[in-house]
Amino acid sequence: MEAVAWFADVGIKDRPTVGGKGGSLGELTQAGITVPPGFVVTVAAFEQFLSALEAREPIRPQVEALDPQDLGAATKLSENLRARVMDEPMPAEVQEALKAAHAQLCEDGQPVAVRSSATTEDAEDASFAGLQDTFLWVLDAETMLDRVRECWASLYSVESMTYRRKQDFPEDGVAMAVVVQRMVDAKCAGVMFTRSPTSGDKSVITIEGAWGLGSSVVSGEVTPDKWVVGKITGEISSREISDKHARQVPADGGGIVEVENEADRRNAPCLTDDELLALREVGRKVERHYGKPQDIEWALDEDGQILLLQSRPETVWAMKDAESAPVKKPEGKAYNHVMSIFGGRKA
Amino acid sequence: MSDTAKSFPLPSSLKVTPGTEEAQAAYPYYCQFQPGDDERFWFYNSMHFPEPMHHFDMITAEAAYCALGAFNTRVHVLPTTKGIDHRIINGRVFIGGVPVTDPEEVEARAAEFQQRGFYYYEHWEKLYDQWKDKMKALIAEAQDLPKPHLPDLEPIETTHSGKGVAANHALIETYRKQLNGYYQMWHHHFEFLLLGYGAYLTFFDFCKTAFPEISDQAISRMVAGMEAEIFKPDEEVKRLARRAVELGVDQHFTPEMDIDNVLADLDTVGNSGREWLGELEKSRNPWFNVNVGDGFYHYHRSWNDDLSMPFAALPGYIEKIKAGENIERPMDKLVEERDQMVADYRELLDTKEDKATYDQLIELAHRVFPYVEGHKFYCEHWYTNLFFNKIREYGALLRDHGFFEKEEDVFHLTHYELESAIVDLMLSWSSGSEPLGPSRWPAIVRQRQAAIETWAGETVPPALGVVPDVIDDPAIVMLWGITRENLDAWLSDGEADPNELKGFAACNGVVEGTARVIKSVKEIDRIQSGDILVCQVTNPTWSPLFQKISAAVSDIGGSMSHMAIVAREYDLPAVVGTGNASQKIPDGATIRVDGGKGTVTILAHPAEARELEEA
Repeated sequence: MEAVAWFADVGIKDRPTVGGKGGSLGELTQAGITVPPGFVVTVAAFEQFLSALEAREPIRPQVEALDPQDLGAATKLSENLRARVMDEPMPAEVQEALKAAHAQLCEDGQPVAVRSSATTEDAEDASFAGLQDTFLWVLDAETMLDRVRECWASLYSVESMTYRRKQDFPEDGVAMAVVVQRMVDAKCAGVMFTRSPTSGDKSVITIEGAWGLGSSVVSGEVTPDKWVVGKITGEISSREISDKHARQVPADGGGIVEVENEADRRNAPCLTDDELLALREVGRKVERHYGKPQDIEWALDEDGQILLLQSRPETVWAMKDAESAPVKKPEGKAYNHVMSIFGGRKA
Repeated sequence: MSDTAKSFPLPSSLKVTPGTEEAQAAYPYYCQFQPGDDERFWFYNSMHFPEPMHHFDMITAEAAYCALGAFNTRVHVLPTTKGIDHRIINGRVFIGGVPVTDPEEVEARAAEFQQRGFYYYEHWEKLYDQWKDKMKALIAEAQDLPKPHLPDLEPIETTHSGKGVAANHALIETYRKQLNGYYQMWHHHFEFLLLGYGAYLTFFDFCKTAFPEISDQAISRMVAGMEAEIFKPDEEVKRLARRAVELGVDQHFTPEMDIDNVLADLDTVGNSGREWLGELEKSRNPWFNVNVGDGFYHYHRSWNDDLSMPFAALPGYIEKIKAGENIERPMDKLVEERDQMVADYRELLDTKEDKATYDQLIELAHRVFPYVEGHKFYCEHWYTNLFFNKIREYGALLRDHGFFEKEEDVFHLTHYELESAIVDLMLSWSSGSEPLGPSRWPAIVRQRQAAIETWAGETVPPALGVVPDVIDDPAIVMLWGITRENLDAWLSDGEADPNELKGFAACNGVVEGTARVIKSVKEIDRIQSGDILVCQVTNPTWSPLFQKISAAVSDIGGSMSHMAIVAREYDLPAVVGTGNASQKIPDGATIRVDGGKGTVTILAHPAEARELEEA
């Protein structure tokens, strides 16, 4: 397997080699949904790197021997292993493949985002989601390589290792892919659920957004504007425009920085009705593609183009759905149903 | 008033406004509040009777409640509810339901209902066809009633044919037939109505459970019929606009036109003008028998009585036709959109069972809805116009005999009093002496006129008496949309923002603009392009105006009202059922209408609005 796979060539079925995020971005690309272009540093690249590391001094047995209750030992091991991941030279062919792909992706030196992409189903569990890393506005190939390495190293964070131990995952199944994707200089960005997070209603789409990069919404540092849009009707049934005090923007030397929003911008809605409806269209398209409600991260670039940064199945309500009874059972005759109106409330 | 002990005033605490006692006492005894009424819950029927009642117009309330109750209580035998009692004080109609609460009685009634109501559902189409025949026959009967007239001497034919009945007898005969017809019309009106609403509401409840955040409008849109009678009047105006262009007489129709002059001119400009007049006649009968209100008051006149509404729309339509724009309702597209919506919601359901139930309910709703949408044209519009115009003929006759100053004064008499005045006139014609009415009625008419003016300025409590824990009366929930939640909102009305009004979200969209508060059709020429129409009732007969305005707000109407359905077709942001927007919003104010949320906000009062404009 190659060290690099382009979005257009992978799909959700390739999760074992490109991770959930990489597979999902590939799947979206193939479905004709606009995502910022990019490639995945595959599990093969990681494994090549790891075998070099293992050859020097085995890692896996150390993690497998860890007692998840012993935080002191976990911390010490984590420091040690992460340092090793950061110091180990990257195999030359992996490094060349990554540099070549980066050069192709960023012909004009555009900045990229580097995001870890976990390979296991469980990694999508909310408890694991926060354990992975995302690095924004990475300016050059050298830094990109460091960030990829950091993503790999995150597998050996205290939280990550103790989680695996508690779940008793075999360490030789642990792998990680990394997504490298062009950055969107977002005018505004946010998240979208293709069902209601509060009622589970599948007939509405909830959209949240704020000025600047989506990281401020995902991290919860800014209270986003919130809309509820009819999935089928396009009615905008709820508008909550919040005071968005700040936004995250690219920093000069790479990375991001938070800046205050100007007074007139703070309380202005970050999306127009037309943009909301365009987002709804994209949301419906993705949901239709996957056949189930989605949890989506989106951004709007300065030209007003919608780009998706992530889409994953909604999980909380999906679990409740599986347990819930039908709303109402069919009757022998349709009009028997009217007894629920005329027959009085059954106490 | 403390938060814990909020309640509505008791009926006994309402005082008749000083100076209006006699006008109040003249309403029939059976609709005066009684001491025992304090034990019950009443609410102000502002939906159907938003203005103080002329004494004659109370016939609408009593005929409607005679019929509604008969069908609920004794014909279909609804399990949990009987009829509606009504009372009037200070010109305002309060109504109270009669719920059935004894479980055994509910059970017994449920068994009856399944024999009766279910029969209607089973045979709906056949019975509805039959209904239309009955209604048309009833309308034809009313149209055939002679104009009341007293000749000086009986025509010689009466003698030669041995008729044996003189002209004065026809006065009371026609009057009673007309009254009978009106009462009967209301029976027909309620023959299907509750069953139709019930079937609709069953689908509505299913949708609200399956899709907790679905809007009322979305459900209405899935159920709405596309070919309902109520769309016809506006379609006829469009047809007339098209014919005017085709016949080359369109230059006669301008925003400043005088309708009488236009009609006279068209009669003299040759065949094409007369052909257009012929087309107008075709449209007028029956489709211009729509009134500009909801038909519950005598002064809700029809397009036929006053052509200014349809004519106001002609220049705009003509202009669009000449510009090559298509003004027809895209029927195929509308049907396709509706069916697509039904299919899209269905797809979101998880289980086969839910899909099967959904199919049953939407099919039933589609079966019953033609009646729900169609009956109003025959009942509240066509028949009601005939009825009030017949009473007007009596008004003219009595005026000619000195009973009152104006034809319209007749509506200040109750229907019993009117019958007595007719008998008075019959007696005097027969005896050859002077009637006594002229010395009796003018003072009474003046007194009642004054009372109505007084009452019109009064604030009316939304409800009276004991607040029920739950409202489980399907009739009240369906017809008035009253729920326990509404009542709580009414009770806390004083704490709400005085510049914000709430109503039913009828059609999505947010618009800011100048409020044009229109109290009668005579004022429609005040509406400028882009204004927001604010009025008591907007029904589809106002739809010709929809091409001109940017949003609509009304005091009455629900999200499944015809107004709401038409507004959605025109994609016109609208909030209906605000209760009192036409009183609270000053003409010329700058307002914001949020048709998705159902709110109307006063942003600037007229003076401020002008300052803002000048600044």
